[in-house]
Amino acid sequence: MSLATDSLYLAWRYLRHQRMKTVILVAAIATTSFLPVGLNVLVAKSGEELMARAEATPLLIGARGSALELVLSALYFESDPPPPAHYGEIDRILESGLAEPIPLHVRFRVRDQPIVGTTLEYLDFRGLRVEAGRRMARLGECVVGAEAARILGLAPGDTVVSSPESAFDLGGVYPLELTVVGVLAPAFGPDDNAVFVDIKTAWVIEGIGHGHQDLAKVEAEAAVLAREGDRIIANASVVEFNRITDANRESFHFHGDRSEHPVSAIIAVPHDAKSRVLLMGRYTDPDEPNQIVRPAQSMAELLETVFTVRSYLVAAIGVVAIATLATASLVFMLSFRLRKRETETMVKIGGARASIVAILALEVVVVIAMGLLLAGLLTLLTERFGSGMIRVLLTS
Amino acid sequence: MIELSDVLFRYRDGEFELRILGLELVRGEQVGLIGPSGSGKTTLLHLVAGIERPERGRIAVDGTVISELPDANRRAFRVRNLGLVFQEFALLEHLSVLDNVLLPYRITPVLRLDRAARGRAGSLIERVGLAEATNRLVTHLSQGERQRVAVCRALVTEPALLLADEPTGNLDPVNKFRVIDILRDYAREHDAALLTVTHDHDLLGRFPRVIDIKSIHSEPTRGVPSS
Repeated sequence: MSLATDSLYLAWRYLRHQRMKTVILVAAIATTSFLPVGLNVLVAKSGEELMARAEATPLLIGARGSALELVLSALYFESDPPPPAHYGEIDRILESGLAEPIPLHVRFRVRDQPIVGTTLEYLDFRGLRVEAGRRMARLGECVVGAEAARILGLAPGDTVVSSPESAFDLGGVYPLELTVVGVLAPAFGPDDNAVFVDIKTAWVIEGIGHGHQDLAKVEAEAAVLAREGDRIIANASVVEFNRITDANRESFHFHGDRSEHPVSAIIAVPHDAKSRVLLMGRYTDPDEPNQIVRPAQSMAELLETVFTVRSYLVAAIGVVAIATLATASLVFMLSFRLRKRETETMVKIGGARASIVAILALEVVVVIAMGLLLAGLLTLLTERFGSGMIRVLLTS
Repeated sequence: MIELSDVLFRYRDGEFELRILGLELVRGEQVGLIGPSGSGKTTLLHLVAGIERPERGRIAVDGTVISELPDANRRAFRVRNLGLVFQEFALLEHLSVLDNVLLPYRITPVLRLDRAARGRAGSLIERVGLAEATNRLVTHLSQGERQRVAVCRALVTEPALLLADEPTGNLDPVNKFRVIDILRDYAREHDAALLTVTHDHDLLGRFPRVIDIKSIHSEPTRGVPSS
């Protein structure tokens, strides 16, 4: 073995013997190294991802309120639902001929996965490809994102039930059983976690549309309270369907004016730059109940705040890092002093000065190297999973 | 083997000085060195080992005038030619028995840790009755066992000169004779010189020659030497 290997061996034996001290020092160095680097990676990476999706979404229209909440809900399906706009806005945009509108209804969930009520145009707009099965075509059908399929263990042909919003709210929405007809290929974004349904299905979950026993039939007679021409009044014993099948699909219907039905947001894809300007101009009136938002701009504003917070945090971490490194240096110096007899022994039996210095130096180097290695590993993990974490943080 | 003539040594603080008129040991000779506390026995051993350098005079070991060598060369000479045993064992507590014995090979470029060295270490450990503790940390051993490990470390390089500074000072009667006998047997088998500092009069009978440090002083020492 070479002198360096021998010195490294002796340094390692000491560090192993002093396990607890070594672990604490490694953890301190790893933490102080990782925090500023990891924070920068986290912010840069998540900023990049957040901006990429925002830039891929030209305009968003929704009810007046927080623009950021509208963006986060429409792009990441993770924030609290913004105040609803009405489906009639879709018709208004279509009539204007300025943009292609895509409705989004994001309110319900299957366990932790968001149910996104939309149209097939959304799948085309995001470039979402069906990997197994087919797209949703009928009421009660759903297509699940790749990650949602993995988490929920779903494949085409399976069924999944929407989660009630509150277990104790008897007047609230009731679960609806959805049939999985397709699984999307991974898109490496929020779409992977979603369960996509037609917007009408989302309205059924919300209770705006429903299917029930045919009151004209004899078996429903007991539930009928009165008949007034075409109008039949029934009591609560009428059987309502919580599952849409081929047999009962026809019975599903919607009450009220469709233009009044809710949407969380509308993605508007202008035909050209001029259309974009004109469309935005339509929402400048202070009496206008809806707002139009450029997601990239909202996200840039959010990231600017995040960058400011980051710079304060990095400064604070810098101070803590100096204190930690000073403490670590003190620990090493005290350790060397306490082990003076060891070094004296090595000198007495003829140890070379270079070897003794190398052993002590390698103890420091190995601890620092292990700390930096751990910091590097944490940084890699941050790069891999950090943006998801920050998105959850921003939208929770 | 050892030649000292007209040696003067003073510690830096000037609190202690040692003057040796002359001392000679031949190869294979086993000598017990006695003297009252503070008379400079340990200092004399350090001078012979080249751990300390005299202000004046000549110290030669096996023909090499170590008193004239620079520090790095004295260290190299020491690790190659001398075996040292200390009263307090001076073992590295984070190392196993085997690693402590092989320590001289790991801290100098002048020795090579090869198969032969490992074999010698194994044989010595077995010879002193610690074969089963080879990979155990020295902190798990008794005092007597630790000193036997220290003796193995001193012998593993097959030195021509053994210097032992009160090697039995912390040992019970059974262990003290055992340790001294190991050192003496090695010296006899390898024709090595052995210079042992001791306060223990029971052990003096085992040495063919005993030197009282007072007899080689040119004048009385002053103060208390550092150990």
